[in-house]
Amino acid sequence: MPDYKRPKSLMPMATSYCPGCMHALATRLVADVIGELDQVNNAINVVSVGCSALNLYTWAGDVIGSAHGRAPAVATGLKRCLPDRLVFTYQGDGDLAAIGLAEIMSAANRGENFTVIFANNQTYGMTGGQMAPTTLIGQKTTTTIYGRDPETTGYPLQMCELISVLKAPVFVARYALNSPKGVADAKKGIRKAFELQMAGKGFTFIELLTNCPTNWGMTPLQTLEYMNTNTIPYFKPGIYKDKEGEA
Amino acid sequence: MITINQLMCKGCGYCIKFCPRHILEMGKERSQKGFFYPVNIDADKCTSCAICALMCPEGAIEVTSQAK
Repeated sequence: MPDYKRPKSLMPMATSYCPGCMHALATRLVADVIGELDQVNNAINVVSVGCSALNLYTWAGDVIGSAHGRAPAVATGLKRCLPDRLVFTYQGDGDLAAIGLAEIMSAANRGENFTVIFANNQTYGMTGGQMAPTTLIGQKTTTTIYGRDPETTGYPLQMCELISVLKAPVFVARYALNSPKGVADAKKGIRKAFELQMAGKGFTFIELLTNCPTNWGMTPLQTLEYMNTNTIPYFKPGIYKDKEGEA
Repeated sequence: MITINQLMCKGCGYCIKFCPRHILEMGKERSQKGFFYPVNIDADKCTSCAICALMCPEGAIEVTSQAK
């Protein structure tokens, strides 16, 4: 029978997130894996700006804050200076896919040896629910009040697909956190990414589909259903690139 | 057996929805922070599968298996 104890990488206090927010779940998964790998004192969490950065208040290990979208650039420097440390960035979709697109693509293309945890909730949570590059077609946000129209705002950006076509990344995968199976798979994926990093294999990218009950205007339980019917058909979970598996 | 930390729980209800044996229920009392929190209505049926703990965003649930 499995036991479960709160991970040591998290402080014994509630997170700063809204009730039902899967940023908290994603943070806890990363903390779980770091605890299992016995890297609590060795891991460095690089955050930039957005709701994703709120996890620094509950993170008990090392955290470094960076400018908006520039977490991959900071992580590059950190990992090159401290190659023995486990370095990962934790970024949201407004941060990684909008303002930080150049940094993430360049870091991925160089094959830097760190892990990116990308929490995709299809909105700018911290600033009040504006449209993000990943907002779904027809999804209502505070800046697309009739739903996103592809004629004026384009199509949702699929980061896993984009990064998996590059030559350097070794592991690119997407998981949805709205079911126990998705969460268990995500935990395995994060573990694999960290193990690949510790083995010095190269760039690893994990996308986690999350929710935003506050800005989607739903209860936490309604967001689970919304993700099943809208998010998952467009952002398909799965492993997009696995160089280790191919070799 | 599960232990729910009332000071961390925000009452999202994921643990209640995903409990395979349906032994959790939203309580009638509010926690110190003003959230309703789940209560274990039938602790004897708990198999310590830890799915509630897996889905809890806050890490508010701890699971210990009981030797029967």
